[in-house]
Amino acid sequence: MGISGQDLIYACSAIGAGLAMIAGIGPGVGQGIAAGHAASAVGRNPGAKGDITTTMLLGQAVAETTGLYGLVVAFILMFVKPF
Amino acid sequence: MILCEADFAIKGLVNYQMFGHTFWLTSTHVSMIIVTVVLLVFAFAANRSMKKAKDVPTGFQNVVEIVVEMLGNMVKTNMKQPRKFMNYIGTLFLFILICNLSGLLGLRGPTADYGVTLCLGLITFCMIQYNGIKCQKAGHFKALFEPIPLFFPINLIGEIATPISLSLRLFANMLAGTIIMALWYGIIPLVVAKLGIPAFLHAYLDLFSGCIQTYVFCMLTMVYVDDKM
Repeated sequence: MGISGQDLIYACSAIGAGLAMIAGIGPGVGQGIAAGHAASAVGRNPGAKGDITTTMLLGQAVAETTGLYGLVVAFILMFVKPF
Repeated sequence: MILCEADFAIKGLVNYQMFGHTFWLTSTHVSMIIVTVVLLVFAFAANRSMKKAKDVPTGFQNVVEIVVEMLGNMVKTNMKQPRKFMNYIGTLFLFILICNLSGLLGLRGPTADYGVTLCLGLITFCMIQYNGIKCQKAGHFKALFEPIPLFFPINLIGEIATPISLSLRLFANMLAGTIIMALWYGIIPLVVAKLGIPAFLHAYLDLFSGCIQTYVFCMLTMVYVDDKM
């Protein structure tokens, strides 16, 4: 069977999209650390649960950003097909 | 094998010629007009109920008071001059919130279009620069050369990256939600997969993620602007 150059580029784009999602490791670790520290903070001071939850969610949402950059790159490679 | 007919692209509905270019009215415009109409109706209803406000609030007046009080508290705890920015932050919050929640109604959310979020980010950028120049005068530009002049390029990139990271965060979150929902609804042979499970996905991707990202966008806008004052 004949594989044209364009097919090869699409295949490599799919592999590249998969590799771009390795970026998901970082936010996972970061969010886990934030959640763990929030849990211990609630254990130490249960009265401040509301403030701690808000701060934790804000921090996690910001930490998520780098993973989302990887996601955007993967989407562009998969669906926009720039090459 | 599971076939998938995903349909999440921005669709052009009407095109017209202007200045030799072809412009499209897309599904983003339609969703945004619907969101604006909803917000306008809410604003008029709030205005009407506030004109005949009672000491002991009832019904719709309760809702309006809760919304205003919540937004006011959010701005007051984060800014040095809350009165100046309460209107803008409130508008921004309600607009982004309704945009994010519009996915629940089957619309393609306007915030899943980079054109919308980049504009919001650029408004924030202009506010940061305007308030920086107004409040710190020359110190605003001097801050670019600190701690040593060698850091100027890094500081400049840092300034320019602010609106881009702000807008990409909101855009990527909502786009991820839109795509996951479209992929899930697009699974052809599995009718069972469409019973019940989309409700959980909507609850997480539209409700939870949408509310959190709205809060984060407004919070970061406040923090950045407040930094320069």
